[in-house]
Amino acid sequence: MDQWRSAICTPRSLSVFGEMVKRRALIQILLLASFLLAIGWLVSNVVANLQAQNISSGFGFLNERAGFGVAQSLIEYNEDSTYGRVLVVGLLNTLAVSIAGIILASLLGFVLGVARLSQNWIIAKLAAAYIEVFRNIPLLLQIFFLYFGVLRNLPSPRQSFALGEVVFLNNRGIVLPALVSGAGAVAYLIVALVAVAAAWILRKRALRIFRDTGQHVKFWTPLFGIITLSLLVAYSAVGLPFAWDIPVLKGFNYRGGVQMIPEFAALLLALSLYTAAFIAEIVRAGIASVSHGQSEAASALGLPAPISLRYVIIPQALRVIIPPLTSQYLNLTKNSSLAVAIAYPDIVSVFAGTSLSQVGQAVEIIFTTMMIYLALSLLTAYLMNRYNNHTALVGRNV
Amino acid sequence: MSEWQAIPERVAPANTIGAVGWLRSNLFGSWRDAALTLIALYLIYNLLEVAIGWGFINATFSGSDRAACLKETQGACWAFIDAKFGQFIYGRYLEAERWRVDLVMAALVLGLVPLLIPRAPFKRVNVLLMILVFPPFAFFLLVGGWFGLAEVPTADWGGLLVTLVVAITGIALSLPLGILLALGRRSDMPIVQSLCVGFIEIFRGVPLITVLFMASVMLPLFLPDGVNFDKLLRCLIGVTLFSAAYMAEVVRGGLQAIARGQYEAAAALGLGFWKTTALITMPQALKIVIPGIVNTFIGLFKDTTLVLIIGLFDLLGIIQFNFTDATWATPETHITGYVFAAAMFWVFCFAMSRYSIFMENRLATGHETRNAK
Amino acid sequence: MTETLTPPNSPMISMTQVNKWFGTFHVLRDINLRVTEGEKIVICGPSGSGKSTLIRCINQLEHHQEGDIEIEGKPISPDATDMEVIRRDVGMVFQQFNLFPHMSVLENCTLAPQWVRGIGQAEAEKRARHFLERVRIPDQADKFPGQLSGGQQQRVAIARALCMQPRIMLFDEPTSALDPEMIKEVLDVMVELANDGMTMICVTHEMGFAREVADRIIFMDEGQIVEENTPTEFFENPANERTRLFLSQIFQH
Repeated sequence: MDQWRSAICTPRSLSVFGEMVKRRALIQILLLASFLLAIGWLVSNVVANLQAQNISSGFGFLNERAGFGVAQSLIEYNEDSTYGRVLVVGLLNTLAVSIAGIILASLLGFVLGVARLSQNWIIAKLAAAYIEVFRNIPLLLQIFFLYFGVLRNLPSPRQSFALGEVVFLNNRGIVLPALVSGAGAVAYLIVALVAVAAAWILRKRALRIFRDTGQHVKFWTPLFGIITLSLLVAYSAVGLPFAWDIPVLKGFNYRGGVQMIPEFAALLLALSLYTAAFIAEIVRAGIASVSHGQSEAASALGLPAPISLRYVIIPQALRVIIPPLTSQYLNLTKNSSLAVAIAYPDIVSVFAGTSLSQVGQAVEIIFTTMMIYLALSLLTAYLMNRYNNHTALVGRNV
Repeated sequence: MSEWQAIPERVAPANTIGAVGWLRSNLFGSWRDAALTLIALYLIYNLLEVAIGWGFINATFSGSDRAACLKETQGACWAFIDAKFGQFIYGRYLEAERWRVDLVMAALVLGLVPLLIPRAPFKRVNVLLMILVFPPFAFFLLVGGWFGLAEVPTADWGGLLVTLVVAITGIALSLPLGILLALGRRSDMPIVQSLCVGFIEIFRGVPLITVLFMASVMLPLFLPDGVNFDKLLRCLIGVTLFSAAYMAEVVRGGLQAIARGQYEAAAALGLGFWKTTALITMPQALKIVIPGIVNTFIGLFKDTTLVLIIGLFDLLGIIQFNFTDATWATPETHITGYVFAAAMFWVFCFAMSRYSIFMENRLATGHETRNAK
Repeated sequence: MTETLTPPNSPMISMTQVNKWFGTFHVLRDINLRVTEGEKIVICGPSGSGKSTLIRCINQLEHHQEGDIEIEGKPISPDATDMEVIRRDVGMVFQQFNLFPHMSVLENCTLAPQWVRGIGQAEAEKRARHFLERVRIPDQADKFPGQLSGGQQQRVAIARALCMQPRIMLFDEPTSALDPEMIKEVLDVMVELANDGMTMICVTHEMGFAREVADRIIFMDEGQIVEENTPTEFFENPANERTRLFLSQIFQH
């Protein structure tokens, strides 16, 4: 016993231990020093190069006049706007195409993922074929195909493809009718609010009654009743203050309606089609991960299929689906930067592209662009972790 | 009590087995199923009709210029692909020197195929050849300027050659870098760990195109005046750093999957950190993550198309570039070119993804007993 | 022999000439079985003999292709759409428990009564706590399945089935996935349930349980019922050579 103790406590083994601590500290200090030295060297090179090329530095350029037009902007923008505004316009366009893409890709992906597991052999194989084709072809190629191969090959506005004489497809994009509202439209806004509130209250009431008594009370009938009634009131008060603004061909292009530029349409479609293939695989794997015993146990209890799906299968599948799904959403957002290849005015295209070539301040501009993407990624990752911790399954070893 | 009589096996009812049973259970199980089946068949019929009509019946297979591809009902203009095929593979690489590219590609296939077949012998020699001999061989042969070989500037490289050079160099360099980053991220030394986490998260958080912009625009600013890099090399640096971050996460996943007992056993044998890593844990981890590495490679292979945005001519870039050739300007040229590029990329990516699935299944059966709890 | 093997006129479950195939494999062959109210049946036999398939046909987790199955006089068919109605009255306990891992023990027990029986939450929880007490784990109600031992999980599964107040209970090898020391706690609950008069069909290899509880033991092999006998006769004087062989293999140790 004593021998053991002395072996552990001798100064010699202590010194071995101390040496290890010292060595580890030394390694880290050396690493940090060389990292900082490298950064310092790079910065001094940048400064020297910028001076030699006579390029100014700092973010002052953000307040200068940009002087170029942008094909699509969600906020007020003209050639007199600043580079700072260009940045915001680009970011908003990135977010617009990303959010629309996430919605479309999710819808298509979920349908494909479920179809992939269909009992129907041909439906399952068709979904599998879609997935294998779309995820094995580079996204950029799909964007080019849709943009240069399809949308830019469409006829000019004068020979547009017309769908029911209200939607027009041509090489300038897609023109849709717009809904314009006149005075009194606010009454219908109130109707919409009433409907939402009624739905919310009725649903809470139905759930409460179900919980207390187990009785299912009607939800849709009273809701439809309330909506119809409030619509009638609104109609008798203000009539129908709406009109469709149907696009009309004037000269070489359409006037009126809503115009979707072909760059947006091509990018949105390609991002959605491509990402949907990945989402479908995630959905398939998620559903397949819920063991067959779970649905058997649910049906052995006499639970109807919709209830079993809603309360047993989907909650378990979602745990598996959500994390990789989030990373697909992030991929889609990052992939929207391919916009630059077809000149859709996203942040990379107008800020890291056009603005950079005019201003020349590569360091600031590329750094800012990267930081914006990084912030989006980290924010999503943070929310994701919160969600994961919230829904983690409780196990014996936790 | 009745005596038991064995009941002979009977054939299942005819409508539940064979072709009829298969059709009933897989295609026409219910009215809804039958309707879906018919819709799907109609869709497939239409797709095939368009594809065959465009790709074969109405297509033009030979011709010397656009005139051949201007029929009334013109399908694919394969003559365009035929005329430009050399460019699509080699770019503007001197025609007389293209045998050098062929030789490198043949050496690559010869070296790589036995490595990918799990049962092929001489793995160790093969790996050493591919790591030590092949890269300088490929480099000197492709670049030239030695032993009387004419120098071919990288600006003249293009097509599939550039796609493969970027993808293969990227993956080959990012693997060792990724391994170091993964080890660093798992390290208990705070400074090492945070530097590695920072690197990985930054590169995974931004789009590749911004990294390529950085490599092409900012890299020259980072270097002292007068030092200048080749454009292809700059692009390779960007691609390598980018995929190293992804590779690090793949390798980290493999290291995490290794049972604690392996580290403890190695420590009990008196092995230090580097020996444990090199001899015990890393070989196991890398084996587990082969499918992950292949998937990263597929991603990188598809991403090589992005280099066209910074002005290199990869397979897609050179096809896109050839659309500007007025001798071949027809309404069908674009679609034909894109379909050809899509087919090329698809064959490569699909083959690799099948290989990844094959390895996954192989590993799953090989490791089942060890991973059982 | 005083016991009678002829069931009364109105059986709880009746299977007549039931046949089932998995693809071309003939898994159930001419099954005839009557179970009256309050009867306890134990089914045993070598693996792959069709025991599980048989009881899974009773609540139609598997569909049979030939023959008739009636539950309380109501015929069921593979095409029956009101399968859910029958399943409400037939509880089932699985080999792998199949508890819902994302719900607490209490929620596992209240989900189906609330949605299927249409009772309120308070009532459902009262009932759940009652049955959790019956299976002797009243204090685990708010834990999650992953926090319980195998034996506790299986008892929750029994309580979950009982909360639907079924008329028949099916047990599909309920102790096969359990460690030896946990088998007894589950069997004790099953014996108690049997003593309360529940109609039970159990697929199990627990011969002690069979001897103590069963009214009849059914021995199956190659998809058919080889022998159907009282426990005493079954163990002491099996009518069939095949049964004797099986019993000798089981009691070898």
